[in-house]
Amino acid sequence: MDKHDGGDPLALRVDDPWRDAGAAGLWLPGQTVPAAPPEERAPAAAGTTGDRGAIYEEVQLSAAFREVRQRYRGFAFPMAAAFVTWYLLYVVMATTAPGLMGRRVAGQVNVAMVAGLAQFATTFLLTWAYARHARLRRDQAALDLRWTLATRTGQERVR
Amino acid sequence: MSGGRMAAGVYLADSAGEHQGLAVVLFTVFVTVTLVITAWAGRRRSSSVEFFAGGRMFSPMENGFAISGDYMSAASFLGISGLIALYGYDGLLYSVGFLVAWLVVLMLVAELVRNCGRYTLADVLSARMRQRPVRIAAGTSSVVVSVLYLVAQMVGAGSLVGLLLGGESTAARTWAVIGVGALMVFYVTFGGMRATTWIQIVKTVLLMGGTILLTVMVLWRFHGNVDDLLRSAAGGSGHGDAFLAPGLKYGGGWTSRLDFISLGLALVLGTAGLPHILTRFFTVPTARSARQSAVWAIGLIGAFYLMTIVLGFGAAAVVGSDTVRGSNAAGNTAVPLLAEALGGGAGTTGGTVLFAVVGAVAFATILAVVAGITLASSASVAHDLYTALRRPSGRHGRREPQDAMEQDEVRIARFAAVGIGAAAIALSLLAQDQNIAFLVGLAFAVAASANLPALLYSLFWRRFTTRGSVWAVYGGLVPALLLVVLSPVVSGRPDALFPGVDFHVFPLENPGLISIPTGFLAGWLGTVLSPEPADPQRFAETEVRSLTGAGAV
Repeated sequence: MDKHDGGDPLALRVDDPWRDAGAAGLWLPGQTVPAAPPEERAPAAAGTTGDRGAIYEEVQLSAAFREVRQRYRGFAFPMAAAFVTWYLLYVVMATTAPGLMGRRVAGQVNVAMVAGLAQFATTFLLTWAYARHARLRRDQAALDLRWTLATRTGQERVR
Repeated sequence: MSGGRMAAGVYLADSAGEHQGLAVVLFTVFVTVTLVITAWAGRRRSSSVEFFAGGRMFSPMENGFAISGDYMSAASFLGISGLIALYGYDGLLYSVGFLVAWLVVLMLVAELVRNCGRYTLADVLSARMRQRPVRIAAGTSSVVVSVLYLVAQMVGAGSLVGLLLGGESTAARTWAVIGVGALMVFYVTFGGMRATTWIQIVKTVLLMGGTILLTVMVLWRFHGNVDDLLRSAAGGSGHGDAFLAPGLKYGGGWTSRLDFISLGLALVLGTAGLPHILTRFFTVPTARSARQSAVWAIGLIGAFYLMTIVLGFGAAAVVGSDTVRGSNAAGNTAVPLLAEALGGGAGTTGGTVLFAVVGAVAFATILAVVAGITLASSASVAHDLYTALRRPSGRHGRREPQDAMEQDEVRIARFAAVGIGAAAIALSLLAQDQNIAFLVGLAFAVAASANLPALLYSLFWRRFTTRGSVWAVYGGLVPALLLVVLSPVVSGRPDALFPGVDFHVFPLENPGLISIPTGFLAGWLGTVLSPEPADPQRFAETEVRSLTGAGAV
């Protein structure tokens, strides 16, 4: 896994102007999250929102985040396009070409039955593939970024 | 006590009476269990996280069962297998659409929505927009979808009484609708999300148990030979080989074919916009567990629909399509009749017991589904509509303490549940003779047209703006509803809502084919015509949060 290009989050936190401007005071990882008031009031002040937005924007442009996004989109978008097309093809075939769909394959089983069961099979298969891809290729990198952001914005209530 | 009533039921000469006795006992047991669950869940302090999200600490497996419970309605259990029993393959098309839809939820929606939202769809849509207009739009469409779905389920509950308990009178149906409505309001107001979730889990276990039992019995009867089952089904249907191929129901003119394509589109895209399904993802702690619960749900729902295919063909083979049609023209009694036949036939102990079990499972199904929808819609009223409409009139700029505000939301949600329950009861009594499948299809079409375009745009499109998102919601919602009003369902046909008049212009029953593209188009147009561009920083926040879970509650 490649690390977030911001490097050590603690080092960054010190020269982050938002931390000094905020009423939260110095916050160290061992401590509990600052009490509710600064958290609640913070978004109301325009300047603070901008700074928080800047952090998110910086993370959005970072190589680590782009990698996570690329892995997600690179899998989910083509797969979604594929199964929606496959499903629509199936529905259109079933409604417009019943003759072809009624052709026997083996015993009583016809093309329509095979196609219908294939829809079930591809759904299960894609579910498995997506879950596996997310678990192996995305979860750890996303969690790393979440921790980085948690330390930088001080907003995260980690459970 | 139940043993005594069972014995009494068996010896009753009147077969309707037998069914009634045992089914009522079983149903009473289920209602008692759910009331105990509600009382147990209601002991907790009712913070808003507790009320709307059940404390967010359900495990993926529990949530997967609950999602399946929310999704597998009586329309699936009785309706789809009934359609298969009557029309063969064309009934199967429904179940494929209902299942494939879950891939959209799993891949594009579940994790991202869990990361960005707190309780409702509107949380996600308004995350980077101006709160008020977007919340009002999303809240309105959520309530519309929920009420449509709710009415469909409650009409089903009413007719189920007539079918299963032998009470053919209008009074029995009316009381069934009122009873179901009252129970669902009670679950939601006193138990919140925690009770509703556990009721769904219990219901899913019952439903899966009943379905597995019947499926095994059907396969047993045909010695596990599927080819034999299909041949008998084709024979029992009176249609021969045509029964196993598409075309019996939707093969008529081009209108009916287009109608089915429209419905198919609505089914596959609508699930990801159903408020009561999206709300479920907020009951687990992380995006990862949201994904795992979707995987559980797909496994359960897929297995369930595979079994309904066996039950549908089994009913055609064992009972015969004509007998099913004679009992109920829409085929809703196919599964109960199949159960009776598998148990040994009418009048036998086995037949009576199985018939009653199926009836009770169907009731449990309806009751759990309506509770889930009521909760989701009351959350939309309290968390979206009420919050959005109240803020500007409140003390200028000063925000109330968070805690008081949340308490307020829970209080409003409880009132909203009562109000929505009353409205749904009233509408269901009016719509008592409507076709349930049509109402469900309509709810899916509205969800796909109004909710999904706005949701996908706000998660993935950098330039999407407040105006775009408001237009996307109304641009799907209004055409969908308008097209239904102008469709043959409302006027111009003998079985229409207003059979006397004819103002139908739109030929299809399901508006999805037109209204879903309209929703996407309106969202794009609104964005392009926006006075102010999208805020790149707030999009950065939404995108980073949706994919990493940073800042998620």
